Amino acid sequence: MTDAVAQGHESSTGISNVKLGMWAFLGSECLLFGGLISTYMLYRGRVTGGPRPSQIFDIPFTSVSSFVLLMSSLTMVLAVSAAHKNEDRKTNLWLTVTALLGATFVGGQVYEFTAFYNEGLGFSTSLFGSSFYTLTGFHGVHVTVGIIMLMALVGIFKRSEVPGKKAEVVEMIGLYWHFVDIVWIIIFTLVYLIPV
Amino acid sequence: MTTDTTHTATTAEHAESHGMSNAGYIRIAAILAAITALEVSTVYVDFGPLFLPALLIMMAVKFIMVVSYFMHLKFDNKLFSFMFYAGLILAVGVYAAFLATFHFFIQ
Repeated sequence: MTDAVAQGHESSTGISNVKLGMWAFLGSECLLFGGLISTYMLYRGRVTGGPRPSQIFDIPFTSVSSFVLLMSSLTMVLAVSAAHKNEDRKTNLWLTVTALLGATFVGGQVYEFTAFYNEGLGFSTSLFGSSFYTLTGFHGVHVTVGIIMLMALVGIFKRSEVPGKKAEVVEMIGLYWHFVDIVWIIIFTLVYLIPV
Repeated sequence: MTTDTTHTATTAEHAESHGMSNAGYIRIAAILAAITALEVSTVYVDFGPLFLPALLIMMAVKFIMVVSYFMHLKFDNKLFSFMFYAGLILAVGVYAAFLATFHFFIQ
């Protein structure tokens, strides 16, 4: 039995159209973040004023943030697993934990941006600053959207007003969340760990 | 009662066939955390000429592990892999050409 039939969705391809659409969306997101990462790589050494990357990056702090986001991927996959087993309480619990870990990551990013600004790196201080804030800011917005979706899902589950199969809805948001995580895996290495 | 039991068994089987067990996911997360620790260590330990290749390989391994296991691409229909990797390869190709235009790789 194919996935789509098992989940109650008829399609001419035999697979879920919703899932196919989500993967196509994530494929297109690769192009968006590819552009932002490439622009940063090109401009990261262009510092005419303000601090250089090595002067402001706090690797231990960002490492902890990265670890938090990585662990949120684990809690998200546990939520998907619980949803497939129809374990509603566990699903809600893991979704809430994932949202909290995501909020911790975003909180860390806000703290980092504030610290960088206080050290003299504004958005228009240098090409490095502009490309850095644009790249990491876009990622932060994606995480924030993910948190909103997770909390909305928890709220909807409590009212039991889930359109379609519950497990598939959790899985789609899970795919988005993991994508945000893999983008950070790349940003963490290319932006923070490789020196200019 | 019988129907409930059958339904629970079916959903559990579906969950297992869909990916891994929870213990498997925790093992993958532990490996990812260990690789992250190794990545961070490259900032403090001198890896010499291996520094850049090692970092890029570790980044790629983490990326593939999350996509394959957490996003279930390894267990899902191959069409999903095509949709995602087509976008990814297109992005890498387009932006590698873009960076090459600006002599990024020969700086």
